[in-house]
Amino acid sequence: MGELKLMKGNEALAEAAIRCGADAYFGYPITPQSEVIEYLSEQNPYERTGMVVLQAESELAAINMVYAAGAAGKHVMTSSSSPGVCLKQEGLAYIAGAEVPCVFADVVRGGPGLGTIQPSQADYFQNTKGGGNGDYRNIVLAPASVQEMADFVPLGFDLAFKYRMAVCILSDGAIGQMMEKVVLPEQKARLTEEEIKAKYPWALTGRKRGTQHRVITSLDLDSARMEEHNRALQRKYDEVTKNEVRYEMIDCDDADYVFVAYGSSARIAQKSVQLGRAEGLKVGLLRPITLWPYPTKAIQSLIDKGVKGFLSVELSCGQMIEDVLLACNGRAKAEHFGRVGGIIHTPEEVLEAMKKQIIGE
Amino acid sequence: MTEEIIIAGFGGQGVLSMGKILAYSGIMQDKEVSWMPSYGPVSDERVCSPILNAFDTAVILNQQSLDKFEDKVKPGGYLLYDPNGITHKPTRKDIHIYSIEGAQLASDMGNSKVFNMIILGAFLKLRPIIDNKNVEEGLRHSLPERAHKLIPLNMQAVQVGMDNVKAEN
Repeated sequence: MGELKLMKGNEALAEAAIRCGADAYFGYPITPQSEVIEYLSEQNPYERTGMVVLQAESELAAINMVYAAGAAGKHVMTSSSSPGVCLKQEGLAYIAGAEVPCVFADVVRGGPGLGTIQPSQADYFQNTKGGGNGDYRNIVLAPASVQEMADFVPLGFDLAFKYRMAVCILSDGAIGQMMEKVVLPEQKARLTEEEIKAKYPWALTGRKRGTQHRVITSLDLDSARMEEHNRALQRKYDEVTKNEVRYEMIDCDDADYVFVAYGSSARIAQKSVQLGRAEGLKVGLLRPITLWPYPTKAIQSLIDKGVKGFLSVELSCGQMIEDVLLACNGRAKAEHFGRVGGIIHTPEEVLEAMKKQIIGE
Repeated sequence: MTEEIIIAGFGGQGVLSMGKILAYSGIMQDKEVSWMPSYGPVSDERVCSPILNAFDTAVILNQQSLDKFEDKVKPGGYLLYDPNGITHKPTRKDIHIYSIEGAQLASDMGNSKVFNMIILGAFLKLRPIIDNKNVEEGLRHSLPERAHKLIPLNMQAVQVGMDNVKAEN
């Protein structure tokens, strides 16, 4: 077993990056995720593992440093909060087009624009539906605890390198700032240059005389090749959808009505399930862990088992509800509930919304 | 069992660090814990919502917090307060109300900084969810090495809190 600690979500994410053998972190501070770069700076990762940590001059510089290091086959990561992640979208589209693996964390705050520094989940669209230009996807992992903030860093890197794409760890100000106990993994060694060359034949590791040069780019002006590139990307995304859907079901076995919630809202909705069960209501919770690919089939299997309605609970005006409605496809009732602007709904409010909007009188 | 606690007071009273010490002590006793700035449940099972609207115990260190949180204590729950600066006392009959002269006792001990540990001691007397040896372990883990020499003083303050908590109803 690893080491047990009491940490903030942001600190756990940072420590996990060092321990899983990440080669580099490039970032720019912004509330509520500044503890990531603060913690990394304090920990002297270069002395511990040789990991490079650099505060870039801006978010744009940081994401392009990630693009470059990832192209060289390095395990590289960045993090920010909502307005900062907006600035990174151009780089993320290039990374998707060029098929560069990387991990980025978004500790979401309220928007639009500079908004507020309080927790929010209103960047679901931005991270699951695109954000940048073109037909691309990022894998989106939604931690609901400090432990998952740590666990999803190595998982994120595994997925990023398996599929050569960006993986987003989508949390929020509540998960980032709260302290919980966390079991940290043992320190893993960083890959050596030789290991990178052997494992990643696509990586830019320096051309030798007599070998073919490699190109990593999102640009190709030949339409036929670009169409084939897009088709290949879609085949890859289909593979991810087939293999990588993750979710958790709580008290769903006999449920008539189910909350669908991720991250901090899932924690709150879990309490709403307990309160509802104490009143004799057969309610359960479906917690998507991957927001893309979305657990569409899990929702459909619940409808097959007799679930009559879903309440999508998000700290937003209603974003994930669109994926719930698509999954329901008219076969079950689904509505949204959520507080916004940095206000966090209480378990009582969430249960009340389920009763009013879904169960009915 | 889950104990949902709020500790509310002014900046500088050591509210956040008291919560952290309690959370760390909980870990030492193999509990699940969740600490939110302002909110902190301690539990034997996975803590679900760290955002709470009703509390098993409220630890109240100023009038504003008393006004805000007295109604949020679950019936049969506990309210512990320091009468220093309280002009209108809590009035509920369906909860257990206790007081601790934390500010006065800290000043008697000659170190106002142990105030929060006196309060923690009073809390643990009412709600013995964590053993003293685990509180000591919790302190060891949450304080930097250079402050470890202060652990005996802090544990003494915990004892003073335990010995001086008074039932008010």
